[in-house]
Order: sequence, then C-alpha cells, then structure tokens
Amino acid sequence: MSKYSMHLLVCGGTGCRASASDAIVENLKTELEAKGLSDTVQVIMTGCFGFCEKGPIVKVSPDNTFYVQVKPEDARKIVEEHVIKGRKVRELLYVDPKANEVIEDSKHMGFYKKQIRIALRNCGFINPEILDEYISRDGYLALGKALTEMTPEEVIKEIKASGLRGRGGAGFPTGLKWELSRQSQSDKKYVVCNADEGDPGAFMDRSILEGDPHSVLEAMAICGYCIGADTGLVYIRAEYPLAIQRLKVAISQAREYGLLGKDIFGTGFNFDIELKYGAGAFVCGEETALIHSMEGHRGEPTLKPPFPSVSGYLGKPTNVNNVETFANIPVILLKGSAWFSSIGTEKSKGTKVFALAGKINNVGLIEVPMGTTLREVIFEIGGGIKNGRKFKAVQTGGPSGGCLTEKHLDLPIDYESLVANGSMMGSGGMIVLDEDDCMVSIAKYFLDFTVEESCGKCSPCRIGNKRLYELLDKICKGNGVADDLTRLKNLGLVIKDTSLCGLGQSSPNPVLSTLENFMVEYTEHVHDKKCRAGECKALMTYSILEEHCVGCTACARACPVGAITGERKQLHVINPAICIKCGACLEKCKFDAVIVQ
Amino acid sequence: MLEQVNLVKELADKHGRRRDSLIPILQGLMEEKNYLTDEAMVLVAKELDISAADVYGTASFYTFMDTDVRGKYVIRICKTISCSMKGKIDVLHTIEETLKIKVGETTSDKKFSLLETNCIGWCHKAPAMLINDTPYTELTPQKVTEILQEYMKL
Ligand SMILES: Cc1cc2nc3c(=O)[nH]c(=O)nc-3n(C[C@H](O)[C@H](O)[C@H](O)COP(=O)(O)O)c2cc1C
Ligand code: FES
Repeated sequence: MSKYSMHLLVCGGTGCRASASDAIVENLKTELEAKGLSDTVQVIMTGCFGFCEKGPIVKVSPDNTFYVQVKPEDARKIVEEHVIKGRKVRELLYVDPKANEVIEDSKHMGFYKKQIRIALRNCGFINPEILDEYISRDGYLALGKALTEMTPEEVIKEIKASGLRGRGGAGFPTGLKWELSRQSQSDKKYVVCNADEGDPGAFMDRSILEGDPHSVLEAMAICGYCIGADTGLVYIRAEYPLAIQRLKVAISQAREYGLLGKDIFGTGFNFDIELKYGAGAFVCGEETALIHSMEGHRGEPTLKPPFPSVSGYLGKPTNVNNVETFANIPVILLKGSAWFSSIGTEKSKGTKVFALAGKINNVGLIEVPMGTTLREVIFEIGGGIKNGRKFKAVQTGGPSGGCLTEKHLDLPIDYESLVANGSMMGSGGMIVLDEDDCMVSIAKYFLDFTVEESCGKCSPCRIGNKRLYELLDKICKGNGVADDLTRLKNLGLVIKDTSLCGLGQSSPNPVLSTLENFMVEYTEHVHDKKCRAGECKALMTYSILEEHCVGCTACARACPVGAITGERKQLHVINPAICIKCGACLEKCKFDAVIVQ
Repeated sequence: MLEQVNLVKELADKHGRRRDSLIPILQGLMEEKNYLTDEAMVLVAKELDISAADVYGTASFYTFMDTDVRGKYVIRICKTISCSMKGKIDVLHTIEETLKIKVGETTSDKKFSLLETNCIGWCHKAPAMLINDTPYTELTPQKVTEILQEYMKL
C-alpha cells in the first residue's frame, strides 16, 4: 500500500514535544532531503508511545529500533548510519536497567515485549486527524474486502471463527451477535457503538477514539453490511471532548472520501454514522439503558429478552458493540480468523487492552494476549509497585469486579479465570493497590460509586447497595460488630441474585471478593478496632511523643475541639475521649511529635 | 425570556421535535447556560408536546444536566478511587479555600460552581477534574491554584 519502505516515527506527545521533538523532525527531514531519500523514508510525528521518561523517542519501522533521549543533532547519525548503512546507532539505543543490556528491538523491551497491539495498532503511530495516514496502514482495506469480495454471511463466519468476544464486559461472542442481528427481519436496523465508558479505572475506549477513530468507523460500516443496517450511532460520554472532536473530523473525512455515505466503493451499500451524547450516567453503558437514553428517556435498563438485536433503538433490531470490540474487526478480516484465534487462550481469543492505574510504576494502556498472567502485567510491563512498596491486590473490572491478590499472580487472565476467582474482566481497568490501602475502604469506595450510579428502578440495587455501603461505613468508623460480616455477605448474595440489570447483579462483587480474600482485615476492623493500612481515620489514636514535644502549643491552638492540654514549654497531651481524629495537630506540629497509630 | 423561547425553537428546529430530540435539545440549553431553568424545561415540554414533568424527570436522571442554578464555570472534581488514592482530597480543599465555597455550592458572583463527579477516564493522570468541558489532570494544590487564578481573570 505505502510507497515508503521505512518510517521514522517521532513522538509528538506533550512530554517529548517539550524536549525538542519538533526540531528532530525538521532535522531528519532535512537530512533525508539532502540524501535524496525523502521519497522512500517518511518522517511521522505521532501520539505518545507511553514511555515518556526516556523521551524524546524516535522509533524506526519496520525494524522496531527504539532510540531514546534523541537530540536534534542526532538526526544526521540516524540517517547516515541507520537509514543508509543499515547499522543501528548504538549509543542511542535503550539500555535495559535490570539486565544492563542494550535493547536492539523494542519488541524485547520489558514494556513492549509481552504486548501485542491489535486494537491499539495505530494509536501512537498515525495522526488520527489525517485519513490518509490511516489508509496508509491498510485502513478501510477490510471494508473494501468485505464489500467487494465477501458476502455478509462470509464475513460473519470469519468473525465467528476468530472467537472474538465483546470487550465491553460480558464477553458475548461478537460473530454470534452479528448473526442474530442479521436474522432479525426489519425494514430498518441500527449499529451502535457503545462509547459510554464509565468504569472507574478504565480509559481505553477514550484512547482508541482519540488515537484511531477510523478503525471504529470502518468496523461499524462492516457490521452494517453484515446485519443489513444503513445507520450507525456512536453513544459517547460528553465528558470526552477530544474523542468527540476526533470522531467528528473522522466522520466528515470518511464522507468526503466516499467511505461513508451512499454507494460505498460503488457497491450500492449505504452507511452513515451519527453521534449521540451521554450526560453522565454510568448505567447508560448497559445496552438497554443506552438505547432508552438515545430515545430521549431516562437511562433505565429493561429486562432482556427482548435483546437489542431483536428490538432495540426505536423498536428496531440494534447491534450494540463496544469500542474495543469494533477496533479488532478490520484486522481480523485482513489477517484472517486463524491468525486471530491463534492468540489467546482456549475460550478467550486475541488480546485485551488493560488500563493500569493506582500504585504502579508505568501507568497507562497496555495490550496483551489473553492468558497473560497478572505477574507479567504488573511486574514486567507495569514495572512493579511504586516507591518499592509491597503489592497487595489488584482490582479488576471496576465496580462489578473484585480484588485479586498475591496468590492469583500467576493466573492467566481471561474471561473465565477472572470470574472463577471472584472478579470480572469488565472493561479492563486494573487498579493496583499496595500495603497502604485498606481493603474495607476500597470496597466502600466502589459501593459509594454504585449507590450513586444505581438508576433506582429495582429495589435490591437501590436499597440493598445503600445498606451495604452503610455497613461498610459503620465498620470503617469502628462501630462494626461480628454479625455485620455475615450480614454483608448475605445481603451481597441477595442483591446479586435479584437485581434487574448487570449493575446490581455485580455490584456486591467488590465486597464479596474482599471478604473472601481479606477477611483478616475485616475482623481486625470489627474486633480489634484496627486498620492496618492506617486509612480508617476513626480507628486511629493520636498521641504526642514526649521526646519530640517542645511545648510550642501549636497543636493545642489548632485543635478544633480543645482535646489537647499542656503549658507552654511543657509536654502536651491529647485526651482521646474528646479527640475527633481530624489530624489538625499532626499537620501543625513542626517537630514530628504527633503520632498516629 | 423571549431569548429563551427563541433558543428552544432554534434547538427544536435543529434537532427535531421527536422524543429522541429531547436530550440533544436539553444539551444545547446546557451549553448556553450550564443549567436548566424551570422556564426552559416548560418551554421544551410545550415545543415537543410532552409533559413538563417528563422533561424534568428525564433531565434530573443525568448527572451532567443540572436543574439547580450553576455558575459560569462548573468545576467537577473526580472523587472515584484512582483520584482519591492520589491526593484528590488536598486538591479539593485547595479549591474550597480558594473559591470560599463547598462542594455543591456556587460563588456569590455566579462565576464558579464546585461539584464532585465519578470517574472521568483520566485515572492514569489522577487526580483529575473538569472545568466545563476541559479536563485538567495530575493536579496538585499548587497547580489547581494556578488554574483557578487563570479562570478568575476571565
Ligand atoms: C452497569 C453496566 C455498565 C456497562 N457499561 C459499559 C460501557 O461503559 N461500555 C461498554 O462497551 N459496555 C458496557 N456495558 C456492557 C453493555 O451492556 C454491552 O454488553 C456491551 O456494550 C456489548 O458490547 P460487546 O459485546 O462488544 O462487549 C455495561 C453493562 C452494565 C451492566
Ligand atoms: S478515578 Fe478519577 S478519573 Fe478515573
């Protein structure tokens, strides 16, 4: 496709830009020009590579050489040595800090080694606002192939054979969903892209839409062809302004090129895409709620069946898929289902994008084959825990997921293994926790989230989650009794069994999984009134160290309830019966005399 | 008032007068004013020929459609787990001190409102907040003070 035989990719992310990546691009272009190579080697300014601490970065494709901390004056060396003579510029190569080895190929870098980029294939490699760049990386080739060489049935067969499952959470087989939507008889059908990403800790859909919007548009058109729809709708949260803008630009460019609109590729197939905006309601990510919201109603879920593929938007058959699910489709058609299904585990094929956040060194997005272990994700790719602290747990699947611990580190991650261990794939958020995090408080955070985001339609979810939250709050405040732990568990199970939609059916998971894995911490809170992480303020006692106190009176003056007494230049004392544990004294003391236990 | 009547008409002309036009119309009104007044909701109800209660019921379902009076700049600071773990509370205190308002309140000059929100998808750059549509990330007390000072000049 592309007329260039080599690409020099210069990171244009904010971090690298600040350190002269513009000048690097300029110099590379000048050098290439001087050597008469501007027609064979292309210099591209891309999005962030996710390796900002070693920027500015220049990556050479196709050989994956990864030059770090490049200076503008290095441009000549790169062109003369690498481009012309094919010799890598060794002093610019990345040196692995652990092994102290020069890394020749970025595939061998800890950060990239275990990653395979399918959904994120173009993020960081193309300018998302220029359609030609997407096309130069085989963009819209899959749509062309589908429309001109394949019947809809053949495309669906290929997707089914690939084993692709929905990346929005439930993991429903995508090919099967398309087949069901195709079988529904109707004069009008819709393709919907679910971009309402709201799971705490998840931001992959935003990144795909910001970095590679065309891959989603192309896949929606392919889906439209398969199921017999001429209209696509992207339901996106209004809080993602850059993603919205990129989508708008992409849609109008695709229309201009005739890749959306009437008679695409001269095949008589019509397909166009519109945007619909969410307005800050997590439950609207649930597909029936999403459809009600698009219809102009409150975003409340309804019972399934009927499934959207039978009766969805405006009562018409509607195929709903997640952003990341769509982003996989074009590659499957181009590289074939056999290739795709060779990646991953028996029941979960391909890759999954995970969003790493929390107490981990390399926060950001990664994409790994299904079946990669948590240890590889957290310690090899994620670079381990921040500040040398100890790993405690990782929360996956957001408010519907659970916590996995040390003993799960060698668990190969896929849909089944996570569920079997009390968690969920969810949308792929991973929040890493260390020893300073209190597991009861973590469960409370998630319940606080669900209580707020429950739509209130069914009582188990509306009332039950509130009660769960209150119990957790009581325990954190030091008022828990032994019975509360049984109550938490029983109530959690009832909510799971009786709620109307996926929100309530999974919302007790954070509680149940922490109960299962961290019972000790719960009992400590309840029986010993102790929080080992030191997060539950009410369980702390404040006291003053005699050796450090100089009697400056600062703490006594700061105390809002008069719990501290002591004369000037004398030892001060905190009366625990009055102390409200606000921490004001701790903040004011300049001599580290106030201690919390 | 007349202005509002015209705006509602304009939005209805643009988005249509069907039920599924309701949310785009309300979002259009939000863009103008940051919150929905009772009058505006009644006007929309008339325009679409549905009940005002239905309009209110729909609008009040969504966190980002406010039916309370809001300032020109609505600050929404993320209170979800990743941001809380990374010092959101200090940032929130700084905002409260700088603007002399608490969460849920609006400054007396109607310039700023302060709200909390759930995860806004910037967890890798926590703590994060939105001012109207613009995300601000990796906040610290100092950084947020500087950001607010810029807005105060506007
Ligand atoms: C409470 C709740 C929230 C959800 N949020 C999302 C979401 O933000 N994005 C998404 O793609 N799917 C979400 N889902 C899953 C959707 O209902 C639906 O299964 C999915 O969009 C289907 O696409 P897929 O088959 O490609 O995964 C959510 C489900 C529930 C129950
Ligand atoms: S938790 Fe704050 S942005 Fe996600």
